[in-house]
Amino acid sequence: MSVVPTRLAQSLGWFAQVWRSLRRSRQGTIGLVIVIVHMFIAVASPYIVPYAHHDIDGKNRLAAPSADHPFGTDSFGRDLFTRVLLGGRAAIGVALLAAAIAVLWGGLLGILLAFIGGRVDEVVMRLVDALLAIPGLLVVLLIVVALGTGFSVLILTLGYAYGVSTVRVARGAALSFVASDFITAARARGERKTNIVLRELIPNLLDVLLVEYVMRASWALTAISSLSYLGFGIAPPTPDWGRMVFENQVMLAVSPWGTLFPVFALASLIIGINLAGDALSKAIGLDRSQEAPT
Amino acid sequence: MSQKLLEVEGLTTGFRTQAGQVVPVLRNVSLEMQRGETLGLVGESGCGKTTFGMTLLGHLRPGGQVIAGSVRFEGVDLFGLAPDELANIRGQRVAVIPQSASSALTPTMRVGEQIAEVLTLHLGLAGTELQERVLELLTQVHLPKVDELVRRFPHELSGGQLQRVAIAMGLAGKPELLVLDEPTTGLDVTTQAHILDLLREIQESTGTAMLYISHDMGAIARVCDRLAVMYAGEIVEDGGIAEVFADPVHPYTRGLLGSVPRLSYAGLPRAMAGRPPAPGEDSVGCAFVPRCAFADETCKTIDPALEPTSRAGTLPHLVQCHHWQRVVASGHSGQMRDLKVGIDQGVQPEPLLDLAEVDITYAKRGLAALVARWRGEPEPPMTVSSFTIRIHRGETLALVGESGSGKSTIARAIAGLLPPREGRIDFGGQDLASVVESRPAEMHRKIQIIFQNPDASLNPRHTVKQILDAPLRLYFDMDQKGRLDRSGALLEEVRLTPRYLERHPGQMSGGEKQRVAVARAFAAEPDLVLCDEVTSALDVSVQAAVLELLAGLQADRGAAYLFISHDLAVVRAIADRVAVLYQGRICEVGPVADIYAPPYHPYTETLLAAAPDPAPGARAQLLAKDVQEAEPPVRGCCFQRRCPRRIGSICDDETPPSQFAAAGHVIRCHIPLEELRESQVDLISPSSVATHGVAVDAQ
Ligand SMILES: Nc1ncnc2c1ncn2[C@@H]1O[C@H](COP(=O)(O)OP(=O)(O)OP(=O)(O)O)[C@@H](O)[C@H]1O
Ligand code: SF4
Ligand code: SF4
Ligand SMILES: [Mg+2]
Repeated sequence: MSVVPTRLAQSLGWFAQVWRSLRRSRQGTIGLVIVIVHMFIAVASPYIVPYAHHDIDGKNRLAAPSADHPFGTDSFGRDLFTRVLLGGRAAIGVALLAAAIAVLWGGLLGILLAFIGGRVDEVVMRLVDALLAIPGLLVVLLIVVALGTGFSVLILTLGYAYGVSTVRVARGAALSFVASDFITAARARGERKTNIVLRELIPNLLDVLLVEYVMRASWALTAISSLSYLGFGIAPPTPDWGRMVFENQVMLAVSPWGTLFPVFALASLIIGINLAGDALSKAIGLDRSQEAPT
Repeated sequence: MSQKLLEVEGLTTGFRTQAGQVVPVLRNVSLEMQRGETLGLVGESGCGKTTFGMTLLGHLRPGGQVIAGSVRFEGVDLFGLAPDELANIRGQRVAVIPQSASSALTPTMRVGEQIAEVLTLHLGLAGTELQERVLELLTQVHLPKVDELVRRFPHELSGGQLQRVAIAMGLAGKPELLVLDEPTTGLDVTTQAHILDLLREIQESTGTAMLYISHDMGAIARVCDRLAVMYAGEIVEDGGIAEVFADPVHPYTRGLLGSVPRLSYAGLPRAMAGRPPAPGEDSVGCAFVPRCAFADETCKTIDPALEPTSRAGTLPHLVQCHHWQRVVASGHSGQMRDLKVGIDQGVQPEPLLDLAEVDITYAKRGLAALVARWRGEPEPPMTVSSFTIRIHRGETLALVGESGSGKSTIARAIAGLLPPREGRIDFGGQDLASVVESRPAEMHRKIQIIFQNPDASLNPRHTVKQILDAPLRLYFDMDQKGRLDRSGALLEEVRLTPRYLERHPGQMSGGEKQRVAVARAFAAEPDLVLCDEVTSALDVSVQAAVLELLAGLQADRGAAYLFISHDLAVVRAIADRVAVLYQGRICEVGPVADIYAPPYHPYTETLLAAAPDPAPGARAQLLAKDVQEAEPPVRGCCFQRRCPRRIGSICDDETPPSQFAAAGHVIRCHIPLEELRESQVDLISPSSVATHGVAVDAQ
């Protein structure tokens, strides 16, 4: 059917528009380039790294960068270049999935609450506010301590924690549309409620949700790295930036490379996402200054 | 000192696009103003009126620049001044009163303080002198109880009062020139009449020169001595208001004047084809060529210059047209056309919709209402009460009244968006006193709504194709191809082309969007279309075109309209029957011809008197105070608090009787019909304008 191609063309057109406005801002372009480089490395690193992440070069421990080991080695003699390139994969994967889950359930719930309104909205929002009063990272830590640090536990708990604040954002954005005449017109026309939400409401909220997704992903990345640093996140032997910082920081005075390179990798990615995210929200006319990470 | 207050010479301004091109907005504008002169500036939206007004304050929008020419205020070039020198002129010697008074006022500051601030800033006043001047200014704009009013916040004032405060602020620095940008747009006719009267009075007492920007010809005719017409950033005609109104020489001025609906003429105004070019869109030659019936090869190649017509008049009459002599010789373009559709008077009309004793309220129900009753709080009066009316198949029933009179509320009830508390809504035997979701699908199809503002009623993320597809998919068993063809045909019916199918609302003009909204309603093949102020967000020229479209569609399709409007001239042009509503209660209902001739209900009389036809020097008669009432009275006549003919306590206590003035013409008033008939004059025949009136002190 031709519905699919036209829909696709429309959403492509929308993305193209967002893309163009992103490119128009210098910061947005820089952020985007950083993010793209990181994503490329995350996907391609298994094929380009010179060693396996657990290979040990016993003769070169805590070595400074050299031709054999461009970033040097850690206290076991493992190649830091290999480990830094591979070290983002798990965290990025978890963050992207967690943010997707958060925006999916939080966004949908928020939109539905705005649409339904009344008592249901009131009660659920009280609950959301109560949940928001507890710091998100604390909740995640508690759950992870209780249930262990499997990937799925991490993804689900982060997805839950960030979803709660997404409910608020999505509801707020949806409320400004719920009372508008085109929704009233759809109601008067006899449109089914699911249709009103899917066809009339959600298309107007895609941009807000996209920004929300980007920002949640950045926060989730920070959170997951902090957790790994503390030992509750991505477990060894999987290489991970946060964990690497923890493992190598004792040797900071002797050999700073094992700490510096993962920190640089993590920081550059988070800065990149934030630059792109800010430009994105500016491009679609949102002010993110009031939002704060949880 | 030169006599001229303002000299604008060859002013061309523009802005730089992202591609780096400079797009002109104002093009070679030359204009002079004498001291104490009132100049009206008209033109369709987007023609550069506001941009021009702002240049008189030395102000350009962000990104704007002066490309050529100068604006000299008392000989001083405003764009050559340093910022602090300009600041001295702005607000003090030249002041602006913006369209929306609320945007000029700070919501968190008491109105007295805001005026005091201006006085301190510009005149350095302080102490008791300052306080006295504040009170004096507020009294000058006829605000009531000024000692108490100075302590109020903007949100505690009505729209008319806010506009008065904004005017007082504009006058605070005793300016020599006042720029008014659509100062009465969005106000009720009665409020508007009071504000216009006030402006005229201020002009006479202070001698302040005024530039009055508006698309409302009637307002300009009542306030101004001189009229300038702007098209595509150029002045195309400039002359004494009486001359220009009596015999406009530029085809555009003729078109604009012709598209204004008149109270004194029962017929549709003549729509002007096309729309003004967007900045940067224009080509060589006269910008009006695509819309001009007189255009020829000369027009397409040579840009006409603004030149005197050497016609007799008090003021020089200038025009920018190669062929103005031919235009004049072609005679006065017939302003109105007799295209009157609707029901055939000979046939017995068939009832379509019956509303019987309908009560509607926004008051909460359920628990909150129970608590209130338990506390012994009286239930607030219904927003709409005992509303009874019948709409016939194929007719246009107009609902008129000021803002807040409950017009939209009734439309919402019929559409099932706000079910009535009491009463019956009967649609061909089907009971409709229910919420829209519980109505049968066929009812959804038969009743359609068109809203005031197409920007809000069309989903900005949808294409025209998706917008038109929605009703077709919902009501008809058609395949994709069939729906697409039908959408294209519908666009043709509203004088658009299928090329618009792929556009988003943001890519269309206001008039085009409203046409799409009309097409969406007619896609359902409805029996009844609820039109809620469908033309009030549009330019007069676009309004005329949409009215013509609605009338044409009705003639073809036989749908009935519930036509909601606050504009009595528009109603006269399109309605078969009229119901006049005040505070949710019907005052008068009858065939259109009877409503516009005495006897009038005192409220109808007030409305008609407040908005005379556009004519130079026409003065509105201010019969009632321009107070906004928050709530209808609990007992008696709904109009008792503002009625200029109130006869006593009977009006407060007893519901007025329905008096039958003619077949189907009901007036609800305690004054006997004969008395009304004897004491009232015909308010719409041109001769009666500005002759009679019992002015009431403005409040
Ligand atoms: N959602 C609401 N809640 C409470 N009161 C409302 C609501 N909507 C409208 N009202 C009140 O109901 C009355 C009638 O409003 P309505 O919108 O029907 O007026 P209207 O005649 O259409 O006015 P306008 O010409 O300004 O559109 C007003 O007093 C208004 O303040
Ligand atoms: S110059 Fe030509 S096109 Fe322009 S208004 Fe005059 S007749 Fe029409
Ligand atoms: S009943 Fe009384 S208050 Fe009402 S319109 Fe008649 S005269 Fe005026
Ligand atoms: Mg309304």
